[in-house]
Amino acid sequence: MTHLVGELAAVIATALFIFALYWMNDPKTARHAVVAGVTGMTVAVLATWIQPEIVHHGWIFVAIVAGFAVGIPLSRVPLTAVPQRTALSHAFGGLAAGLVGTAEYFLWLGQHSAELTPFRTSALVAEVILGFLTFTGSLMAAGKLQEVRWIPQRPVTYPGQNFVNLGVLGLAVGLGVYLVLYPTAAWSGQVFIAIAALALIFGVLLIIPIGGADMPTVISILNAYAGLAAVAMGFVLDNKLLVTAGALDGSSGLILSIIMCRAMNRSFTNVLFGAFGKAQPAALKGEQKEWKQESVEGAAQLLEQARSVVIVPGYGMAVAQAQHKVRELYDALTKRGVSVKFAIHPVAGRMPGHMNVLLAEANIPYSALVEMDEINPEMPQTDVALVLGANDVVNPAARYAKNTPIYGMPIIDADKAKTVIAVKRSKNPGFAGIDNELYVLDNTWMLFGDAKAVLGELVKQFAGGGIH
Amino acid sequence: MTDFGSVLFVFVLATFIGLGVIRRVSRLLYTPLMSLTNAISAIAVVGSIVVTGAEYPRTIRILGAIALFASMTNIVSGFLITDRMLKMFKKQ
Repeated sequence: MTHLVGELAAVIATALFIFALYWMNDPKTARHAVVAGVTGMTVAVLATWIQPEIVHHGWIFVAIVAGFAVGIPLSRVPLTAVPQRTALSHAFGGLAAGLVGTAEYFLWLGQHSAELTPFRTSALVAEVILGFLTFTGSLMAAGKLQEVRWIPQRPVTYPGQNFVNLGVLGLAVGLGVYLVLYPTAAWSGQVFIAIAALALIFGVLLIIPIGGADMPTVISILNAYAGLAAVAMGFVLDNKLLVTAGALDGSSGLILSIIMCRAMNRSFTNVLFGAFGKAQPAALKGEQKEWKQESVEGAAQLLEQARSVVIVPGYGMAVAQAQHKVRELYDALTKRGVSVKFAIHPVAGRMPGHMNVLLAEANIPYSALVEMDEINPEMPQTDVALVLGANDVVNPAARYAKNTPIYGMPIIDADKAKTVIAVKRSKNPGFAGIDNELYVLDNTWMLFGDAKAVLGELVKQFAGGGIH
Repeated sequence: MTDFGSVLFVFVLATFIGLGVIRRVSRLLYTPLMSLTNAISAIAVVGSIVVTGAEYPRTIRILGAIALFASMTNIVSGFLITDRMLKMFKKQ
């Protein structure tokens, strides 16, 4: 009877999870997704908990309470910290899969070695490798995003790096094959632990050469791995609900990875093994031109006289926490009849959709957030493009400079606007280490300073001072 | 003996459904999508519950309890932060 309840609960939970993802296709219905997801999860947890083989209720209760105690504060982080929270949750997902796989293997090894069929052992090896590499890889990614001091922000590379990385992974897979062939041999327990250790090391090695601008892609790939680890656990435990939910997560990570890679004109392997940031700073053709600096008053005047303004936000806006000041500027301009839109590049920020969430937090209506492909045809008719802490995603060199790492990457055509105002924290080049010629175009004016401070000054101009 | 064929079958079908549904997700919502799918894939919690709660050796159950804690953290923080973000998306 309870078994039947379990089967039924799994079907209900599966259906609810699929509905949850379906409702994410529109911001209007998206909140139903959370209700469906929570309901499905509750049904699945309760149906598992009432099974007759579960006897240690106290342990389960304590672990669940601890999960709430950590999970609730983690859900209240500032939205600028969402990329690191996401990476951390991939780490937890990977850890859970790795630990359950380890527990199951030693359980079967000790008591029911007949359970270790070749197929199941393969699934166990996949679960443990994927789970543990996702665990350390995501921890590293979270550390880099949080700018933890002892984790280098810049990509760390050394000669033969790919050889070492692939060697470690290859060794883990090789030992996995051994385990499938001899699941219960005298040394199998040690081999299993070695596989887990190699996977943990591989996760660290995989992320060391990756820099900030690649994070949207890397987080998506780790998302896919976390999903696949759950799928592998489903194979191990013969649990279709786990397989389904893991497959949904995995396909989401896969699609996001593909979108992110396309938005950078790079391949998976290039992201994972290419070490974007180490690319030699390429010299652009032509002589070095000078920036033209503009005063806040001048910039306010340019914006005031415009009929249409397109704001291009980037990671600089997130770092400066400038989204609320952006909202004030948006209000000041729309009140004066200026049409204001936001041009969102798919890889702007540190994770997919990062800019949208920050701007939505500042109460900017989502109808004003426009994707790159839709805004680009409008750029030539735009009076002012206000570039806000974005750099590589607006660099015209991506169109033709073959010797730069950003070559071929689709960009927002900010340079085609009649006037460009670029707010930039410092005069350093962008993440890719190449000069941005947008800044030295004839129609570009630079505003140097922290995005939040500069916008504050701009808004003040509209509120009381120079502009009427 | 477990029926791996049917599990594989489920996996392939679920992947196709996933690809079909995710492809239609609004581009505005990629960040909440990621936290939502993360919470959903923490369904690994059901595996952890069995390992933690069944009559197994103590060390095995300790591993299970840590996994259960990690999954539960993902479920709670994942759903809560997804809802928090989705609340912010307003048309006007």
